[in-house]
Amino acid sequence: MSESTQVSPTTVPADVLANPRLGSWISVTDDGLIGVRVGKVELGQGILTALAQIAADALGVPVALVRMLAAHTQLGPDEGLTAGSMSTAQAGVALRHVGAAMQTLVAEAAATTWQVPLDHVRVTDGSVRYGERSASFVQLARTVSLDTDLLSVDLRATRRDVTGQGRAVGSSHARLDLPDKVLGRPRYIADLRPEGLRFGRVIRPPSPGARLDGLDEIKLLGLDVEVVRDGSFLGLVAPSEDRADRAAEELRAAARWSEQDLLPDEDAVAEFLRAGPHDEIEVMSEDGSLEDPPAGASTVSGTYSRPFLVHASIAPSCGVARWDGDTLHVWSHSQGIHRLRDAIVAALPLDPEQVPEQVIVEHVENAGCYGHNAADDAAFDAVLLARAVPGVPVQVRWSRQDELTWGPLASAMVVDVSAHLRDGRVVGWRHDVWSQGHSARPTYAGAPGLLAGHHLADPLPAPAAGDPPLTGGAGTTRNAVPIYDVGPRHVAGHRLNRTPLRSSAMRALGAFTNVFAIESLMDEAAALAGIDPVAFRRAHLSDPRAVEVLETAAELAGWGRDLPDDTGLGIGFARYKDKGAYCAVVAEVAADHEVRVRRLTIAVDVGLVVNPDGVRNQIEGGATQATSWTTKERVRFDRRRITSDDWESYPILRFSEAPLVGVHLIDRPDLPSLGAGEAAQGPTAAAIANAVHAALGVRVRDLPITAAAVVAAIEGEVTR
Amino acid sequence: MVPVTGTELTVNGDRVVAASDPNTPLLTVLRNELGLLGTRFGCGMGLCGACFVRLDGHVVASCDTPLSQAAGAEVVTVEGLSDHGRPHPVQQAILDGQAAQCGFCISGIVVRAAALLDENPAPDEATVAAVLDRNLCRCGVQRRIIEAVVGIGREPR
Repeated sequence: MSESTQVSPTTVPADVLANPRLGSWISVTDDGLIGVRVGKVELGQGILTALAQIAADALGVPVALVRMLAAHTQLGPDEGLTAGSMSTAQAGVALRHVGAAMQTLVAEAAATTWQVPLDHVRVTDGSVRYGERSASFVQLARTVSLDTDLLSVDLRATRRDVTGQGRAVGSSHARLDLPDKVLGRPRYIADLRPEGLRFGRVIRPPSPGARLDGLDEIKLLGLDVEVVRDGSFLGLVAPSEDRADRAAEELRAAARWSEQDLLPDEDAVAEFLRAGPHDEIEVMSEDGSLEDPPAGASTVSGTYSRPFLVHASIAPSCGVARWDGDTLHVWSHSQGIHRLRDAIVAALPLDPEQVPEQVIVEHVENAGCYGHNAADDAAFDAVLLARAVPGVPVQVRWSRQDELTWGPLASAMVVDVSAHLRDGRVVGWRHDVWSQGHSARPTYAGAPGLLAGHHLADPLPAPAAGDPPLTGGAGTTRNAVPIYDVGPRHVAGHRLNRTPLRSSAMRALGAFTNVFAIESLMDEAAALAGIDPVAFRRAHLSDPRAVEVLETAAELAGWGRDLPDDTGLGIGFARYKDKGAYCAVVAEVAADHEVRVRRLTIAVDVGLVVNPDGVRNQIEGGATQATSWTTKERVRFDRRRITSDDWESYPILRFSEAPLVGVHLIDRPDLPSLGAGEAAQGPTAAAIANAVHAALGVRVRDLPITAAAVVAAIEGEVTR
Repeated sequence: MVPVTGTELTVNGDRVVAASDPNTPLLTVLRNELGLLGTRFGCGMGLCGACFVRLDGHVVASCDTPLSQAAGAEVVTVEGLSDHGRPHPVQQAILDGQAAQCGFCISGIVVRAAALLDENPAPDEATVAAVLDRNLCRCGVQRRIIEAVVGIGREPR
């Protein structure tokens, strides 16, 4: 035994310190499996499979003995948001600790029962052994008190491995959730059919700032519908989904709204973002960074932008709620169920004495979600509608139109970036980015942040979105600092703090546009210096992991090979959030009468790879989605309404447009795991833009890179 | 306008009488009245393919097909593609290739791809991609899905 009887608090992961009760994490299910409940949620990214692998190894059981349970505000740990590619890092580290503690407790139970020394009790593959004796892990686990304080379990004394690589970690375990989803079984939130379920619909205002003036006389005859109105919040509850849809049509036709022209000119979004008012974000301003270029240096600069984007999940958002006396039960596909619960409590005039036990939020999966979409809003809609029918569960499913126009947008952004260049080297760098905020998640800025709250007769505040703090990866300025050695740097963000357009977090936040800008300018600088873009980047990199990723991608893509006319290769590279995954993308683009991204060759370093195929799938998907953002997508609006409200007005990448994607993983078994879901987006955009330039000699600086944008860029160069 | 007798149709081989209003979208009838939740609601406008079913052999968007149009017809949903619990080859190929992320688009893709394979047992990549162009996938798994479907045609039967 070691001298210490208590694990030092400094070695205990933060999520375990915050959730020290064993039973929050671990249970034994009725059918004899080890239930593992985390605070992170499955969004289609496969996280629960990766975490099951980690938990299995830490417990000393096979993955088949682990059942991942849905996140739950009352039963499970609070691990904040499932966001920022932090799930493997946070929940994975926590599960290693929790699993080792549980393994210790199970071993102790065996040692006590058998009256043998703990040191020689072995736990492997779901069995507990001492010499000839053995018992099943599950059998012993049933005797462990779920009320055990994890901080009281002495891991050091028993030398249970809390960090090492085990049997499941590192293997491409098949996704645990896919059989249900592929075989057409009920699995998504809209498939919930609790006893007595009714269906709700919300009739949203036609435009931001619209107010409900009144309702014409309506005849909802025979539909048995409960209408709910509170200010400009208008909804209904019906006994069946078809009645809910028919009644919603009638109610929509009967609603009289007054609207205002609040929106900016969609063709002058950059000016809108620059006009302010702004919150200023000073990232860094190194000595000399704002001075004139040194003697003999030339300056290359560019302005790069992207339009507003939407999440465009294939399923519209959905929420289910039921009021049972003092308890409000909510089912949601939120990325942060604890924050959603707090937001609901803040938004409802509940008796403060009775909260928070009164509101319970449980996670249920929905279609892929790529940040803060309308999941939380739909949950709150369900809460408001279900209040009208106590004891009855109400499911609210949004329409496609509402999903594309009322869900939080990903902010448009514009970046001015410039570099001083002398003797083939960058010797000074300036980066200014203008954007709306990238975080308006529930409880942000002291506001509930739930859409319906903005429309109530007594409306809840709706401040402009903020950003995660710089230490938390930032938002507007995420990845605004180049990874390269570029001399004195000045990097600043200018976040619009008054806007009629609601924005929040979407995959990679500001990193997508900042990396697009930086990596485009690096190509422009390389061209000015007359140096190959890969060699130019290489010459400005000192981090060996970065160099290996960059060179690997270039080599695998056949960088420098001969290509047909109108076809080009371009590279983009970044380390996500400056401390996350390294990712280099080489795009092969054919640009004639249209822009076709044929192939993406990607190298990535995510530290220790928990599930290689899972990481590949995330990188492939992230790069493919970024191809869609880069070449097709733009939220459209007039001065009053968002007009891109279906798949024709907001087109996304189709099967025949999807590039081939090859992913090479550089495994680092001794280094911490880093998230993979947001590493590829920025590098992909830059790689495509740089490939278009390589193919045609023309640079498109404003996304999306459509055929029309290429033509406009050519005309711009001709007239310049 | 509520019918007295309901609408007769065949769903996955079973004769059923649907009591819903004949104007109700087939998708709503499948999911609610018949309890077949595998067909998903994605857009309600026939533009995303998540709700594809076969109607007398043709692949249709069940969200904008009224029940009345299915009267007397044979409807096959994703649930009807598996054979006594054995996944359809498209489903098996998707599982084998882990060709999904969130999976919400998969039911419609399975229905569409299965119909393609009935006509053309060994389609090439371009054919599969073109046929699936009416199915949207947002997670970016298109290439894995194309490979999975093409792979079925390559396997010795």
